[in-house]
Amino acid sequence: MIWVNTVVQGILLGGLYALFACGLSLMFGVMNVINLAHGDLAVSAAYIAIGVVAVTHVPAALSFLIVVPIFAVIGYVVQRTLFQAALNRSVLTTLLVTFGLSVVIENGLQQYLSANSHSIDIGSLVSDSFGIGSQITIAYLDLVVLMVAVVVLLGLQYFLSSTANGRLIRAVADDPEAAQLSGVSYRHVFGLAAAIAFGTVALAGLASGMMSQFGPTTGTDTLLLYAFEAVVIGGLGSLWGTLAGGILLGVAQQIGAQFSAADQVLAGQLLFLAILVLRPQGITSRREPA
Amino acid sequence: MSSVDQQPAASDAPLPPSAEPGEQVKVTRARRSTLWAGIAAIAVVAILGDLPYRVHSGTTSLLAQFFTLVVMASMWNLLAGYGGLVSVGQQAFIGLGAYFVLILAQHGVGPFLGILPAALLCGIVGLPVWWLVSRLRTGYFAITMWVIASVCELIISQISSLGGGTGTGLPGLPSNPTFLTAYTYWATLAVTVIVLAAVYYLLRSPVGLVLTAIRDDETGARSIGARVAWTQQLVFLVAAIGCGAAGALYIISQQFVEPLSAFSVQWSAEMIFITIIGGIGSIEGPILGTIVFFVLQQTLSNEGTWYFIILGLVAMVVAIWAPRGLWGLISDRFGIRLFPVGYWLRRPADGTLPAPKMPTDTQLTP
Amino acid sequence: MSELTGGPPLLQVRRLSVHHGQLQALRGVSLSLPAGNVQAMIGANGAGKSTLLRTIAGLHRPTAGSILLDGSDLSRMRPERRVAAGIALVPEGRRLFPSLTLQENLLVGRTSARPGPWNLDRVYDLFGWMRDRRSQHAAQLSGGEQQAVAIGRALLSNPRVLLLDELSLGLAPVVVRRIYDLLPQLIASGLTILLVEQDVSQAMRVASWVHCLLEGRITLAGAPADLTPAQIEGAYFGIGTGNGNGNGAPDGTTAAASGRPGSEGTPGAIA
Repeated sequence: MIWVNTVVQGILLGGLYALFACGLSLMFGVMNVINLAHGDLAVSAAYIAIGVVAVTHVPAALSFLIVVPIFAVIGYVVQRTLFQAALNRSVLTTLLVTFGLSVVIENGLQQYLSANSHSIDIGSLVSDSFGIGSQITIAYLDLVVLMVAVVVLLGLQYFLSSTANGRLIRAVADDPEAAQLSGVSYRHVFGLAAAIAFGTVALAGLASGMMSQFGPTTGTDTLLLYAFEAVVIGGLGSLWGTLAGGILLGVAQQIGAQFSAADQVLAGQLLFLAILVLRPQGITSRREPA
Repeated sequence: MSSVDQQPAASDAPLPPSAEPGEQVKVTRARRSTLWAGIAAIAVVAILGDLPYRVHSGTTSLLAQFFTLVVMASMWNLLAGYGGLVSVGQQAFIGLGAYFVLILAQHGVGPFLGILPAALLCGIVGLPVWWLVSRLRTGYFAITMWVIASVCELIISQISSLGGGTGTGLPGLPSNPTFLTAYTYWATLAVTVIVLAAVYYLLRSPVGLVLTAIRDDETGARSIGARVAWTQQLVFLVAAIGCGAAGALYIISQQFVEPLSAFSVQWSAEMIFITIIGGIGSIEGPILGTIVFFVLQQTLSNEGTWYFIILGLVAMVVAIWAPRGLWGLISDRFGIRLFPVGYWLRRPADGTLPAPKMPTDTQLTP
Repeated sequence: MSELTGGPPLLQVRRLSVHHGQLQALRGVSLSLPAGNVQAMIGANGAGKSTLLRTIAGLHRPTAGSILLDGSDLSRMRPERRVAAGIALVPEGRRLFPSLTLQENLLVGRTSARPGPWNLDRVYDLFGWMRDRRSQHAAQLSGGEQQAVAIGRALLSNPRVLLLDELSLGLAPVVVRRIYDLLPQLIASGLTILLVEQDVSQAMRVASWVHCLLEGRITLAGAPADLTPAQIEGAYFGIGTGNGNGNGAPDGTTAAASGRPGSEGTPGAIA
């Protein structure tokens, strides 16, 4: 019954991927920005967490309390300055600027930190696990991350559907100009969306940093593509789609992992390409992305 | 040089509606300065070809690197600047070009002979890839190309006959290092000249008109019935072939290949930064950008990857505030074009343009 | 600009010129909107009517001229700040937020609301059918219903000047009439209205002053009662009655209207 365990591991992994993906999806859905630096932001957050822990001696598991708000603020500022300036030019420009940002962050990390891989040390929590039956092993950390991901997505869903600011984000995503005419500063709302995106990706980066090793190039090597694949598989415009996409990606990867490490990544990518060909709007979405 | 001359008519015959005696307006592809530029270009190529006899092999090797980058940047410029297709995954074709050369070499086809077939094979691979990505919007297109490059990398890293994940050397190269460097250089120079000439003639052709229209306004181009999709496919395939050729040159110059470097997104980073800084949407831009890249790289090479960080920052700034890049600034200021792909309107010496002459009633009635 | 009905002008547009790239959409347009009035702008497609409203709302930056609200210059203000200052535009084509419900669409209008009589309840009272349908998604509403919601959304900001862009677009005449019948109630609540309308008869029915725009210039202005169909036709299409063709258009109006000014530039016709 090894396949059951494989699927379970995939689901657990899917929570993390959904957490990665929701920020990317939000920025694309609201302001049409594909943030190619998305993965690098996650890695930066992990590095910063290590630094914060070293300086303040806060327990590593609580480092997010400091890092996530910082990233949210950074997100707001970067959106209102850099990304907005690029958006004012064209969509192409934002793509190029986020790509440039990604390269700059990565090389910057490589300059100042070694190319060695690190992880956020949370002690034995990493490997503690429990079993269900004889075949299924669930690591506590993985389960916690999945629960955090679901809670965050639920919270985000509530925020978007039931609060005034959430309503503004949805309105601006529909029609920024009409929002302006109704008295909404769409630039400010873009900033809010970016703040949420940066905050969630920081959280995801911390979670990932606890679960596994990372290095300066992990952001572009893996995380960005995984987040993007989860978004496409699940479909834009729905947070539950993002969760579904993350889980499907995770399961596909775990199935591929049964064959080899390279096949783990490959399986996810082939699923992505298949969805792109067969159902480009994603599993859950009705909107056409392409 | 096509020109449209309106000759003064004979004195008593009825005049065509818009000519006045003695006036002439010419529409031409090039000016006299272009003739000199053309001669200069041939001279430059001749000098460059002569170089291996004159300079140290380190220099020729560096120049070969330079030219390879020019080829890659020109291809990205063609794709993005003219075709409107922003790809962050051209490294797929660079890597494939390298590995096709490897496969051919492993089967006895000398590496230099393998450049052309490898490039063409990349073009063939480009067909199903285009089918996959052609409908995708800007951002999706960009990242999907990246995913495809990653897929190629992952698949090849599992093929042990091609060296697997650790890579392998390229067989069949000449053993004399001086000859090797010289041949590599000449091959690179030849590819560069061919690629630039191809781009130049492409942009001068009717296809080039469509491309320029797409460059200026894709929606507008579609709305006037230009065959945008067909043209984009053509450009995509040309870029695949060009990048494949660059990859072939890469493996020859390295004499070794491994999936991680061959399919690295670093290639895209270089192509994109070079083109942005040099100037997207013109032939001269990528060349200028490569020069800037090289100068930065050589002067700051001791500081690790600082040159790349600076390059990235400059590219970001240029993308926002000087979207047509350095060459855009220069050519706007001084009005020069090295590669004449547009049209010049030559006015009569007194600076006036002939006024349109409306037909009188007597001219309309036969 | 002395003899104006209803007091000093609330909204003043002075020699406004707007370019779209190389195309000049408005050429030195001037108008004056006293508080409590309804004025209409008519003209053919492409005459520049929507551009005028959008520029007043802040979506286009004029290349020349100025816009004054109660005497203060709006030129530097972003659209959202103009809403806070008291200008609300109901855009052409309604432009509701399709993924939001009816009520949510209305609530967005409250974002930069000024103090004033309009609130959610009052809008629901104005359009009786809305209360029951407030949880429906905007995309499911009919054209007329969407138009009503768009108006309600603008009302919730408690504007002083309401700009209405082509209300009749895509709507059945009976629906259009019903909407325009609400205008008196809006005026009674303290609003001033400038509307753009392709339907000339509708515009003449509701407005106390009508301007005609042609190729970016005002070619006619006056009270509906004083304008003959021939004058309107001439001003609308730019033919006949001494208006000349596009090259020779007069720089202001050719209104033979009595001296009630609503547009500047009538040489000597104002006492």
